[in-house]
Order: sequence, then C-alpha cells, then structure tokens
Amino acid sequence: MTQLQVLLFASYADAFGANCVSVTVAEPATTADVVGALRALPGGHVLPMSPLVAVDRRYTRGDVAVSAGQEIAVIPPVAGG
Amino acid sequence: MIRTAIVSDAIDVPALIREVTSEATGATTLFLGTVRDVNDGRDVTGIEYTAYAGMASDELQRIAVEAQTQFDGVRVAVEHRIGTLGLSDVSVAIAVAHARRTQAMDASRFIIEELKRRVPIWKCEHYADGERQWIDPTASRASVVAS
Repeated sequence: MTQLQVLLFASYADAFGANCVSVTVAEPATTADVVGALRALPGGHVLPMSPLVAVDRRYTRGDVAVSAGQEIAVIPPVAGG
Repeated sequence: MIRTAIVSDAIDVPALIREVTSEATGATTLFLGTVRDVNDGRDVTGIEYTAYAGMASDELQRIAVEAQTQFDGVRVAVEHRIGTLGLSDVSVAIAVAHARRTQAMDASRFIIEELKRRVPIWKCEHYADGERQWIDPTASRASVVAS
C-alpha cells in the first residue's frame, strides 16, 4: 500500500473540506484507484465517475499509473474567462 | 512573441496592446472578459476566481504556443486575473497582433475558447441574496453553497 496526496480545488475542495487529502491505495496505483479512494471519503459523492485528473500539471487520458512524489490533482469542471 | 500570466492585480490592458503591436503588425485584436451583473437571472455582486496556479500558468502558455503554431506570426499577450472581482472588472485580457486581421481574429478566438475549455481556473459567483455558487459550464445547474 502507498499513501498519495491529492490536490483539490473549488467545489471539490469545499465538498471534502480540504485543498489536499491523503488516500491509501494498493501498489502499483493508477488514477482510477485514486478516484475510487476519494469517492469513499466524506464528500466523495460529488465526484463524477471519471473526473478530470492531472498528474504533474498535465491532464491525463484514461487510467494512468501514479506514484508517491507525483503531483496529483482532481480537477472540477473549469470555468475561466 | 508570447507572454501569458495568471495575475492577482488589475490587468493593465493598454500595456498588453503595446506589448503585441509593432511596425510589422497591421491588425491588433483585444478580447476582454468582464464580470457582468446578472447570470441565469440572478443578480451578481462579484466573482471569486481561483486557480490551480502552477498548472493554469503552464496550460495558458501551452495554448498560446499552439496559437502561434497554428497562426504563424501572431504576437500574443494574455493575462487572467484571480481573486475577488467586482462588477465590470476585467477577468481576462487577450491581445493578439498580426500582419493581417484574419490571423489575429482567429487566433484570439482560438485562445479564449481553449482557455475556457482547458485552463484550471474556477469562478464562484456571489449573489445579492447572499448565496454563492461555483459555476459548472458542463452542468445545467451549478452547485449552490449557502454562505
């Protein structure tokens, strides 16, 4: 098992009550594992089945491997402009 | 030239125009996004913009580079403001210059559309009735948060 830090923003941060949460997932971990672990936490019900996930400040596509030390963020629908 | 930034102070719009214009540019476009007073029939008093700062800066820069690749020769300056903005405040400014108007206008449109689709920035509208709401362009109804 490994513990990963996940960054949260805007409506997701409000729902979880934090800008950063820790999740514990089995190794080797993927972004889907992270989202699954988040959904089990209080506030996790706000996450869609496949939220946008960024790793090291780039959007991911599909399920990709993640590890401790990477910057993982779950991104609410963006609304700039 | 390309310059993009996420800023917390008021955007100096004339400075952006000066940045992109040169003797070689015959066309300059300016797009401004501003805070409007009504959204979905509700009276808006202001908007709080937040960002995933590091990624927003990177993504905005990537978009500007893509614009320069797609519209060869464009000169681009973009700033997006974060923090609490009042009515009519400028939230985003996109200045684009090119020798020709078509490339300048098309690049400007490309940048604002991609920005709205990709850059991790969020806005929480504040209403006259005291409520606030995170705007979700993908949903028919945004999530309402009691203040």
